[in-house]
Amino acid sequence: MKGNDLNNLVLEDGANIAVVGGGPSGSFFTYFALDFADRYGLDVNIDIFEAKDFTCSGPAGCNHCGGIISESLIQTLSTEGIILPSNVIRRGIESYTMHVEQGTTVIKTPLKEQRIASVFRGFGPRGSVSEIYDSFDNFLLNLCIEKGANKISDRVNEVSRQPDGILVKTKSSFEKKYDLVVSAVGLNKQTYDLFRNVCSSFVPPRTTKTFIGEIYLDGARIDKYFGNSMHVFLLNLPHIKFGALIPKGQYVTLVLLGSDINKKVVSGFLASRQVRDCFPQGTDIENQMACQCYPSINVQGAKSTFDDRVIIIGDTSSSKLYKNGIGAAYITAKAAAKTAIFNGISGREFKKYYQPVCNKLDMDNGVGKFIFLATGIIQKSVALKRGMLSMVISEQKKAAHQRRMSSVLWDTFTGSASYKDIFARFIHPKLILNFLRHTVEKLFTNKPKNTI
Amino acid sequence: MKKNTLGQQYNDGEIIIRQGEEGHCLFVIQEGRVGVFHQKDDKEIKVAELGQADFFGEMGLFEKDVRSCTVRSIGEAKVMTIDKKNFYKTIQQDPSLAYRLLEKMSKRLRDTNKLLK
Ligand SMILES: Cc1cc2nc3c(=O)[nH]c(=O)nc-3n(C[C@H](O)[C@H](O)[C@H](O)COP(=O)(O)OP(=O)(O)OC[C@H]3O[C@@H](n4cnc5c(N)ncnc54)[C@H](O)[C@@H]3O)c2cc1C
Repeated sequence: MKGNDLNNLVLEDGANIAVVGGGPSGSFFTYFALDFADRYGLDVNIDIFEAKDFTCSGPAGCNHCGGIISESLIQTLSTEGIILPSNVIRRGIESYTMHVEQGTTVIKTPLKEQRIASVFRGFGPRGSVSEIYDSFDNFLLNLCIEKGANKISDRVNEVSRQPDGILVKTKSSFEKKYDLVVSAVGLNKQTYDLFRNVCSSFVPPRTTKTFIGEIYLDGARIDKYFGNSMHVFLLNLPHIKFGALIPKGQYVTLVLLGSDINKKVVSGFLASRQVRDCFPQGTDIENQMACQCYPSINVQGAKSTFDDRVIIIGDTSSSKLYKNGIGAAYITAKAAAKTAIFNGISGREFKKYYQPVCNKLDMDNGVGKFIFLATGIIQKSVALKRGMLSMVISEQKKAAHQRRMSSVLWDTFTGSASYKDIFARFIHPKLILNFLRHTVEKLFTNKPKNTI
Repeated sequence: MKKNTLGQQYNDGEIIIRQGEEGHCLFVIQEGRVGVFHQKDDKEIKVAELGQADFFGEMGLFEKDVRSCTVRSIGEAKVMTIDKKNFYKTIQQDPSLAYRLLEKMSKRLRDTNKLLK
């Protein structure tokens, strides 16, 4: 490890890297840094610190998430040669069932393929037992170990700058000096605050509270009532922007996104007819919940996420608003790995090569906010919701390229396309005219109960 | 259809791509095996057998020509389609995504050279 002519810090053979956090961003960084170093002919050692045990069920092994691996990430990972094994995929999702108060419709995947995976980030909800299944985060961590990373099962509790490196200390008194330290700790405030020590201008991301519940239902009933479809709800309920029920092996994961979500908001959602109708009659949904939590989600990217020898990635840096956070973690992690291996590890190099990637995500989220504002307006208007539903239903009989509203909704729900791309399709004159036509038509038709 | 795999399912012997037909997608095998066959003068030669994480159909991404081989499922296989537009959009943003593709194509060229020798 040395400084080159321009005082740039670069990694040299034998360099030591610490990755703090073995969630998706930490694992993606490790995997790609080792891959690029190998191609480049550079010998680096990576220690990856993870405090949780992903082979445990319940909160001890879980990174609180809906567990949807988006269509675009699945395709990208497949191209990279990373194939999710069947013991990690709890279900291949092939359609979305959209519920509004005015009715329900199914939006099918544009190709006749299962292109979205539902997974558990940890081993599964509290009390779950299985000899076959594996956790998604564990699968990624094991890929890193296979590539040569050294996993340290310990909690990092101190990070400090030394003249020629960064000192990392753990709860069980392990300590070592590293040439580069990568912070991939998610939205754990206690831990990301440790990095202010070595990354003085760091401004943390803004977050909001969400809800996740794991509802137990035996596999046969999930097949019958949910199949391979993820159910999304655009209901006019306070605080909720988006609700989803995601079928997995023996559980259905409930995700609620919005603002200030609390117990009362959750109960209100579960009590709605549209949600109850998804379950077998008489299911006591709240009592069937094996696990529940109110995790934070990144709603505005962090600032100054790098310094000499330090880089902050994943949720602690920039993410994708409300959707595909794992896809965003892949993007920031890979950009950081590329910079570290090919360009250098000084703040200046990270600013030149890493920051633009985060800026792009943040700018796209700006467009995303506008899309969610528009969705919020539709959510509150009976007329617009009836128009939207009617348009989607009529589109499902048409060829894939003619399903404009369906494709916009598909990408908004799945997080598969950039918000900029979704917005461009949303304001297409043909979509707007058709949407207006369906809305006006529906204003003058009768509305039998439970339909549009 | 199996619940916990991705892609489209093909049964034993089912054709995934056919020599001579136009095609614009890349395919990545998620599970199972496929055989790659080249047909010449009514004779069919097995060129390769591919398994999980292997891809085929890559020529369709770069050339506007017809498929050079037929690919058939050996037993049950699940195969994911990578559409051309998505591929180019992603690679435009992150060119390193092509490393593996180049590596595999270079290996295939080396294998073909060996066969010719
Ligand atoms: C309600 C909700 C639903 C979501 N649903 C989806 C979804 O369906 N699909 C999707 O793509 N994204 C989803 N996300 C977003 C996704 O969860 C995150 O974007 C993703 O987990 C970010 O990965 P990460 O590696 O940056 O952070 P994390 O996944 O949080 O990983 C951080 C890791 O660091 C470890 N760690 C923390 N501190 C220390 C320490 N001091 N020492 C050692 N280890 C430490 C933690 O144990 C953890 O394993 C959802 C988020 C929420 C809140």
